[in-house]
Amino acid sequence: MSRIRAFEDRLHEENATGDIPGFIHLYSGQEAIAVGVCENLRDTDHIGSTHRGHGHCIAKGCDIHGMMAEIFGKEDGLCHGKGGSMHIADLSVGMLGANAIVGGAPSLAIGAALSAKILGTDGVAVSFTGDGGSNQGTTLEAMNMAVVLKLPIVFVIENNGYGEATGTDYAVGAPDIAARAAAFGMPAAKVDGTDFFAVHEAAREAVERARAGGGPTTIEARAHRFYGHFEGDAQLYRTPEQVAELRRTQDPLVIFRAKVDRRKVSVKELDEIDEESRALVDEAVGRARAAAYPPIEHLLTDVYVSY
Amino acid sequence: MSTSKKTYREAVKEALAQEMRRDPAVVQIGEDLRGGHAGTNPDLEEKKIEAFGGVLGVTKGLWGEFGSDRVIDTPITESAIVGMAAGAALTGLRPVAELMFMDFFGVCYDALYNQAAKFRYMFGGKARTPLVLRGMIGAGFSAAAQHSQSPYHVFASVPGLKVVVPSNAHDAKGLLIQAVRDDDPVVFCEHKTLYDTTDEVPDEPYTIPFGVANYTRQGTDVTVVALSAMVNAANEAADKLAAEGISVEVVDPRTVSPLDEEGILESVAATGRVVIVDESAARCGFGHDVAALIAAKALDSLRAPVELVTPPHTPVPFSPVLEKAWLPDAARIETAVRKLVTA
Repeated sequence: MSRIRAFEDRLHEENATGDIPGFIHLYSGQEAIAVGVCENLRDTDHIGSTHRGHGHCIAKGCDIHGMMAEIFGKEDGLCHGKGGSMHIADLSVGMLGANAIVGGAPSLAIGAALSAKILGTDGVAVSFTGDGGSNQGTTLEAMNMAVVLKLPIVFVIENNGYGEATGTDYAVGAPDIAARAAAFGMPAAKVDGTDFFAVHEAAREAVERARAGGGPTTIEARAHRFYGHFEGDAQLYRTPEQVAELRRTQDPLVIFRAKVDRRKVSVKELDEIDEESRALVDEAVGRARAAAYPPIEHLLTDVYVSY
Repeated sequence: MSTSKKTYREAVKEALAQEMRRDPAVVQIGEDLRGGHAGTNPDLEEKKIEAFGGVLGVTKGLWGEFGSDRVIDTPITESAIVGMAAGAALTGLRPVAELMFMDFFGVCYDALYNQAAKFRYMFGGKARTPLVLRGMIGAGFSAAAQHSQSPYHVFASVPGLKVVVPSNAHDAKGLLIQAVRDDDPVVFCEHKTLYDTTDEVPDEPYTIPFGVANYTRQGTDVTVVALSAMVNAANEAADKLAAEGISVEVVDPRTVSPLDEEGILESVAATGRVVIVDESAARCGFGHDVAALIAAKALDSLRAPVELVTPPHTPVPFSPVLEKAWLPDAARIETAVRKLVTA
């Protein structure tokens, strides 16, 4: 969580320099969801992600240097500069990619779950989708399919209150997204997405069920987006005071500190972790800035071209 | 008629606003057309806040004038948007649906090509589907592979769809008003890198008929056929080549379907040489369609083989250096033209 926060807060600053190409969507405020879920997964398990994917990448174990270089469009990036922020992927750690298509992950993730089931790998898949993506038809089709085929998958709906600039309370007809799971015949949990321990517990149960052959689960986790939809969003749909209040009362890192067992982890140790995170991100930015852009010849690599 | 300098973005918005004032059946449907539409912030309704006005701010101001019954924010559900808009078009409204990036048409393709495009034909000519689908095309600002495509050739291959690809603010307004008044489904492709380009645009409403090409440069040596942002690259190349004594004619068909075959063939007959510039695809794209047209109907007048300038057949890369190499530009057009005149 500390690494995600350091990564995203730093990207917010770096983006202001104008050196980052394309779109950036920051995950700050939602850290407990990615980490609470992925802590239950192995490298051989798979996740599908969203356009707001940096947190999922980090939680699933993607290399920070490779991520940063990718976001700067450099050859050293995890996708050699061809994907960028919205398409970061690393199959070696089970990260099937951020996804710039809203609702893109669920159907891909049931594919990963199908592979795990057919190949008997004992693997589990997790689909991360936002409240916006929960309204896409493909998400509902994927849920039904997962139940029919009894697939080892967890559908995590990250409800941060907004699909881009439009509020969930406008765009989601019934206020309870988790309740939709019942219509498909699967169990669901609704958790406080700012509370790492709550997410972790719900995810543990869902992942264990999936791994044991018990089929899919839906988890709706409510948290808050500390930055706008994308970097540069003026956020006219909410006031700076509202955001400040969220940062004060709904920060998953602060909540974690308050709940963590003092006998096991001291404040000093937590401070040191934060310091390490910032140093790591600092180094990643330095390396990414110094790295070379991809050579032009690479434009035609990794694709079928015969003419 | 008075004119004033307007950006492409303003021209599109003005066309929408004027048509909505003229005809109460015209409604806007789409994601974040207003944005911020929610009870989350109780001030929003009272302050009439329009947060996004479409993802790049094209529709900002429409909700304030026309309200929530005519500027309809939807959940992020492209299939339902197109299906609903098609059904509404069949039953008396004239919806203009915005789907942000045309890359997103993938999930709603059935509603478009199996439903909306076929109603008139399948129902024996008894149905009208006055539907406009607006969306953004184009590479150029590192929006990466899922936000940068130009799939106008895909839409043009569907019988029943009209496909409009304006290259400047003046054409954008006239063609969009024509699209809103058209009784068939029209896919209206706005290039995201053109939004801030400016042009003298009439203040009053006007229409530009579909299927009429525009010669943006007159010339005698080579014809360059180009669409959308590629027209600017072609004009730039034409200006440069003029200094070298090569006279280039730039033909902007403006609509991919219907296509102004005569307008293209006339120019090719006069110059005998043709370069087609096309951002859509390296295979089976708009450029290949035009090349086939010329091969079938103007072969006798050709003094050299047709040259195609397209991106390579790859997804759009993210990294700026690769994306720049991917996109056709004036330099590549100049090279193709020089090759033809020296052949």
